[in-house]
Amino acid sequence: MPLLDVQYLGKRYEQRALWRAPRVTHAVHDVSFSIEAGETFGLVGESGSGKTTTGRCILRLIEPTTGRVFFNGDDVLALDRTALRARRRQMQMVFQDPYASLNPRHRVSTILEEPLDIHKVGTPTWRHARAAELLELVGLDRDVLTRYPHEFSGGQRQRIGIARALALEPSFIVADEPVSALDVSVQAQIVNLLASLQQQLSLTYLFISHDLRLVRHICTRVAVMYRGRIVELAPVGALFDTPTHPYTQALLSAVPVPDPDVPPQRITFDPASVDLEAPLVEVAPGHFSRLGELG
Amino acid sequence: MSTGATTDGRLPTAGRNAVWYDARAAMPLLSVRHLSTGFPMGNRWVPAVQDVSFDIAKGETLALVGESGSGKSLTAYSLLRLVPPPGRILGGEIQLEGRNLMDLPEAEMERVRGAKISLIFQEPMSALNPVLTIGSQLVEAMTVHGLGGANPRATALELLATVRMDDPARRFAEYPHQLSGGLRQRALIALALCCRPSLIVADEPTTALDVTIQAEILNLLRQLKHDFGLSLLLITHDLGVVAHTADRVAVMYAGRIVEESPVRALFKAPAHPYTQALLRAMPGSTHSARRLEPIEGQVPSLQQMPPGCAFAPRCAWRHDACLSEVPAMYAVSEGHASRCLLVREAQQLAADHAAGLPTD
Repeated sequence: MPLLDVQYLGKRYEQRALWRAPRVTHAVHDVSFSIEAGETFGLVGESGSGKTTTGRCILRLIEPTTGRVFFNGDDVLALDRTALRARRRQMQMVFQDPYASLNPRHRVSTILEEPLDIHKVGTPTWRHARAAELLELVGLDRDVLTRYPHEFSGGQRQRIGIARALALEPSFIVADEPVSALDVSVQAQIVNLLASLQQQLSLTYLFISHDLRLVRHICTRVAVMYRGRIVELAPVGALFDTPTHPYTQALLSAVPVPDPDVPPQRITFDPASVDLEAPLVEVAPGHFSRLGELG
Repeated sequence: MSTGATTDGRLPTAGRNAVWYDARAAMPLLSVRHLSTGFPMGNRWVPAVQDVSFDIAKGETLALVGESGSGKSLTAYSLLRLVPPPGRILGGEIQLEGRNLMDLPEAEMERVRGAKISLIFQEPMSALNPVLTIGSQLVEAMTVHGLGGANPRATALELLATVRMDDPARRFAEYPHQLSGGLRQRALIALALCCRPSLIVADEPTTALDVTIQAEILNLLRQLKHDFGLSLLLITHDLGVVAHTADRVAVMYAGRIVEESPVRALFKAPAHPYTQALLRAMPGSTHSARRLEPIEGQVPSLQQMPPGCAFAPRCAWRHDACLSEVPAMYAVSEGHASRCLLVREAQQLAADHAAGLPTD
């Protein structure tokens, strides 16, 4: 049984206006995938492709319109408020912008103890000790407990964000562009941290990113989203070496190669050439593509 | 490609072959020497850009690469004398076509901006006026500089075609919010081109864009450079963007240029430990499964610059001299220099060896 099983997930927004028929936007449409325990599953796409919405729908930070999400076999979307809150202990989120996701008026200790307070885990003394332990887990000194977020660099702040996500000992983490606000040298530190935490704590990641070089480096399987739909889903090697969907091919060819001797070979994509309503078909074992008539 | 700009003799036409060694021979278009720009902190001026020198030839693209806080954007704003207060230029020379911009009165500097050097920003939405159509912004810019001729509208339409806008007539009448990010960046490039500058400074022109749009904009910049012999100062943190857009690269760290090199040599034989580490830290550069090679530690803050080499605290090759002596730029090969004591020591060793001295 996969740890996470997403079936036909959809999020529809209706823009209502007086005297006019509501305009319907499918931010996420017919998205299905599953993640095995211990995997790093990459969700890639350009802005507006629906990757962030998908991640948030899974955690019910946004309520999806249709579909089902099974976590450890339980339907997350059927849970009531209390049950959902309990379930969230196992599913946490790391946000993109470490400047926006930490409360500037709270000390690090408050930030790290808050999830424990909300879920009424342990005694106050235990929580305080746990906060210190979390800091060490993410490579920060326990002395920084009394400091405020503005006293840290971007990389350190993201470490605090990760520590907060780990406070309740989750098994699954949605990481939404966790390193895209960071410089390359620091980005590598955080990526390595996420990798070693995964081993140490048996974590499963849904890694949302627009950075294809990074996704290739750290993910086990990858789904490519385009206009709210998954157009291709494959093990990382197959996706990058033998992409089958025209959009994936165009996307991969646009990634700049840091080597002056490898000339850019752009493949352009004609949106009219693909049928987004076509079903995802298995083109090779574990490799799915929404090819339609092309296949 | 048809464009109004090619018919005008004011644009240099050096073309694609103006690579770095040619740049050394002829007089460069832009020559920056010992530029320092800083901010007041307490009762002293703290330089955020320190002793920066470089040349850009006609038709050449120089990439200024660095991480946040390296001083790359501040260097660019200094060229235009647009340093945000309370910062100011502390010293140095900026020669454009033989004129020192530092000596120009502000009124004359205003004519240089846009007409000689123009700027493309990272976030086009904040650089465009939201209440004016794209067309009227182009016409306004040309009118201010006394250009555009009898029919500025026609010139503006031609410019929109030059930056490969689909349906220029429609885009002319549209407002910035009606355009996608990529089209806005094209509009901004058209605006930067409208006074036919000889140098375009592009500050992270593709950072806010999706990767497919980024590829298109980079293509456009390469094309414009080729067609008009434009010089380009490309400011970026992404070495991937540099590889196929720049002729030469200057890498900045903590306010100084630490390596300058023709683009190929920078990727094939980086000479400064920071450049080497930066290239290794990029995903996809190492093939070891999952682990990246980070640069441990952080960029030093302005107030707490280490006394010697600014990179020394994070450098795997650091030795005692690095902690006390600020290195100069040492030549590695023609047009390639590195601000690292190791280069000097290697040269010393080679010289001793040649002279038959023992090299223990």
